Amino acid sequence: MMKEVFVKPDKVREFFRQILIEIQSLGVDSLGITVIISVFVGAVVAIQTAYNIDTPLIPMTMVGFTTRQSIILEFSPTMLSLVLAGKVGSRIASEIGTMRVTEQIDALEIMGINPANFLIQPKVFAAVIINPVLIVFSIAFALFGGWLACITTGIVTSHEYIMGLQGWFDPYTVTYALIKTAVFAFIIASVSGYQGFYTRGGALEVGSASTRAVVYSSILIITSNLILTQILLV
Amino acid sequence: MIEVRNINKYFGDHHVLKDVSVKFTKGVTNLVIGQSGSGKTVLIKCMVGLHNIDSGEIRYNDRIFSKMSFREKKSIRQEIGMLFQGGALFDYMNVEQNVMFPLTMFSTKTAKEKLDRVNFCLDRVNLPNANKLKPSELSGGMTKRVAIARAIALNPEYLFCDEPNSGLDPQTANVIDKLISEITKEYQITTVINTHDMNSVMEIGDCIHFIYKGELWWEGNKDEIMNTGNKEIDEFVFSTELTRKLKWK
Repeated sequence: MMKEVFVKPDKVREFFRQILIEIQSLGVDSLGITVIISVFVGAVVAIQTAYNIDTPLIPMTMVGFTTRQSIILEFSPTMLSLVLAGKVGSRIASEIGTMRVTEQIDALEIMGINPANFLIQPKVFAAVIINPVLIVFSIAFALFGGWLACITTGIVTSHEYIMGLQGWFDPYTVTYALIKTAVFAFIIASVSGYQGFYTRGGALEVGSASTRAVVYSSILIITSNLILTQILLV
Repeated sequence: MIEVRNINKYFGDHHVLKDVSVKFTKGVTNLVIGQSGSGKTVLIKCMVGLHNIDSGEIRYNDRIFSKMSFREKKSIRQEIGMLFQGGALFDYMNVEQNVMFPLTMFSTKTAKEKLDRVNFCLDRVNLPNANKLKPSELSGGMTKRVAIARAIALNPEYLFCDEPNSGLDPQTANVIDKLISEITKEYQITTVINTHDMNSVMEIGDCIHFIYKGELWWEGNKDEIMNTGNKEIDEFVFSTELTRKLKWK
């Protein structure tokens, strides 16, 4: 199927228009959930780190440092991609699956359009473009959430937290996060597209395809996370 | 003209189409009729390339469609319009975008020319001013008419209709039948209609092909079908109280 998906689009202008539509529906529409989850997880990571520092030998700036490292290295790229696998993956699979069972894909094929290419390729490109942007937002809002938790609970001062955020920063960690996110985005869009495209039957099967899309995407994300971490960080 | 020569189709061990040979001529409504499960939908899907045949040949004006690759079939597919049972309109597009879609993908017309063509097609199916409606806002009959408008947008040479009347009341069904028949004659299209609706048979059955258990059983027109004397055809044609009463009159 990959061979059918990644060929030159029938109409390049229409392909770019589809990418913009998909960026809106897969990315911009996911901004709300990204911000909410990130702020709260950032806050929780900061509080848990602060409560685990029980020796005066460790400076409280470590709260900011640990929150930043956890968010950039793992939470934003991996955990948020798992959340997006649920939100975006099920959307893609059910959308394409419904098109299959209502003969809309057959209609495309009869018109002489390669349906796998027309439906899945723009989604894959859109996800690979927009998910890293979402992750950058996620990182920013999670760090903000950590700061908010620190100043409202008073466990760490704003100055200490920000000092920690700025200390021992390696820009490569952001590159690592963005590479991982792009790979995860490819997995989410292609696996979900595949599950939707090969749906047969009716409403029940569309639901099953949607569930399979989320499960398989999540498993592949977790597995490739381990492989990518080994390749990129070690 | 479309010519089907000795085609066979299997699903596993099940022999669905048995050596079917049939010609569909231009400018007349060709009806493929038969009971549910007789193989008529499989025949039409084989003809448009949604199913691959196991043996035989399908020719579109002497071009052997069944032996072509997906890319080679593309040129013929752009000459095909198809009306699906449920309409198969794209949910995320409104009526105008649905009808304009084939034009956007395959024509070099300007935006104004495309819009003019869309309006012409919508007028032709008696749906002026429906441009901005979404498929979810359309009735069953309107959905079929929009699907017909989309099917004729590129001036097709071949029109396939899979159960165009399913789910419609008899009056609306009659409107759809007549519309298809008018378009066929007006634009000299080779039209193939897959149906089991006897009203359609009696209304527009210029050329009827009866499929029975995967075989081409009988061919004729709407006048001949009433007096074939063939048991299998009579069972199909006179299956309702209404048609039995009409026969005895």
